[in-house]
Amino acid sequence: MILTIAHKEFRSLFAMPSTWLLLGALQFVLAWFFFARLDAFLQVQTQLAQLANAPGATQSVAAPLVSTVALILMMLVPVFTMRLIAEERRNQTLVMLMASPVCSWQIVLGKFLGLLLFLLLIIASCMLMLLVLALGTPLDLGLLFSNALGLLLLAAAYTALGLYFSALTTQPIVAAVSTLAMLFGLWLADMGAADSDMLLRAITPTSHFQSFNEGLLRSTDIIYFALFISIFLLLATRRLHNNRIYG
Amino acid sequence: MTAPITLSARNLTRRHGRREIIRGISLQLRRGEVLGLLGHNGAGKSTTMQLLTGTLIPDSGQIEICGFDLARQPARAKACIGYLPETPPLYRDMRVDDYLTFAAKLHGVARSAIPAALTQAKQRCGLQDAGRKIIGTLSKGYQQRVGIAQAIIHNPDVIILDEPTVGLDPTQIRDIRALIRELGNAHSVLLSTHLLGEVENICDRVEIMQHGQLIYGDTSIRMQRFGHQSGFVVTLLAAPALDELRALSGVESAEALSATRFKILHDANSNTPAALLAVAAERGWQAQQLTPLQGNLEDAFVQLTQNEAA
Repeated sequence: MILTIAHKEFRSLFAMPSTWLLLGALQFVLAWFFFARLDAFLQVQTQLAQLANAPGATQSVAAPLVSTVALILMMLVPVFTMRLIAEERRNQTLVMLMASPVCSWQIVLGKFLGLLLFLLLIIASCMLMLLVLALGTPLDLGLLFSNALGLLLLAAAYTALGLYFSALTTQPIVAAVSTLAMLFGLWLADMGAADSDMLLRAITPTSHFQSFNEGLLRSTDIIYFALFISIFLLLATRRLHNNRIYG
Repeated sequence: MTAPITLSARNLTRRHGRREIIRGISLQLRRGEVLGLLGHNGAGKSTTMQLLTGTLIPDSGQIEICGFDLARQPARAKACIGYLPETPPLYRDMRVDDYLTFAAKLHGVARSAIPAALTQAKQRCGLQDAGRKIIGTLSKGYQQRVGIAQAIIHNPDVIILDEPTVGLDPTQIRDIRALIRELGNAHSVLLSTHLLGEVENICDRVEIMQHGQLIYGDTSIRMQRFGHQSGFVVTLLAAPALDELRALSGVESAEALSATRFKILHDANSNTPAALLAVAAERGWQAQQLTPLQGNLEDAFVQLTQNEAA
């Protein structure tokens, strides 16, 4: 059941021309960033080589690119999550899911996985681009892996949050704007937080993504993302169930 | 032999704030039966159907579908229901085939059985040629058919249709009614409508709903006779005075519909038409046509709902 919903969600994304347009534009922007980074790296490479323990290509090209992708995801994910439930509610197709032998949590999880699969595609395309570096220089595969994992967890967290906001309203646009506002607020909180402000650092997803970006796999960060995702998925399930109670 | 009960609801209530919109509804549906739920706008028909399909949870009361309690075993109970809401739940950007396949999977049809189910549902709803079309491009009537196909694709025991013929042209309405009648032979169908003709044509039983309550339930034939007054309309080319007609045996009232047509109501026990024809022949009224008045559901419905309101 979960997979049926996920599959339908995934396929319906590709039925819209805007998805293809976004994918294309995104690929262009990423490639542009990639080349700019690579160019900058090549210019300073000779000076870097004189340093002891100099940063390699992975650290100076891949990591910054991935943190750019993280920033883009913040703006991109709300555009996709907004439709998940709000549009079904507006088009009155949600009734079909509610009347079918599927529980609320299965609907939520199905939609979550469907969109995550799509975002995985974007992340994979970005990673493939970075793997091209292997043609000219040895890569730090560990760092690349932790970046990919961090990006995936971040995307999942954003999706869960967006899904919840989508479950709250009937208007997809309202869902998109409120998700974006929330994500932007969390990002600003992380940017503005002083290094000593442990509370703000602890609650913002971007600060936890930071350690993945630096190549650190810390269990606290993974637990944080797991909690973040499950809390918002539970809230969304709860909201969907309330639909049956309050109409 | 009575057919097994497929749907039974006991004492359903549903509040909206402090206002009770459904008050103590109990329903039973047997296999091979078509039940019409009749009522004004806002009488609570759609809400009742939402309760029965599990899209709304009742504040109190119990629903059993094919022996499964809807609250305790929702998955198994809901697998036995096919539901067409007021607005068909269509994904406009999907193809008909993809959409129906999705609906079949959602209702737990085994993967191997899907192609057969798809063909059968399309054939029953007259969608054979529409499989590759995108739902958003179909006309309203075809969209409604896709909605019905979605509700019957998993061959459910109970089919719940909320105003299935709204917005269709007369031929389509006739086709859909024939389909519902056909479905009603093997499944149980619950149908809401405010078209009385629909109930007269296809329903075995009628329940009338008003202000969230069921106020009257009976077989549709018996209901047509409810409060029915015997009478006929007669055409007399050489029309007599009304008083002469009133003087005939058993006549309770006579009124002139036009210069030559008269509507005559009489008590059920006397054979007034025969008496009239005899007198007409004798006095040269030139009787031409005599049509008995048929009891219809519309009168019964109006009478019942007015009684309740009074």
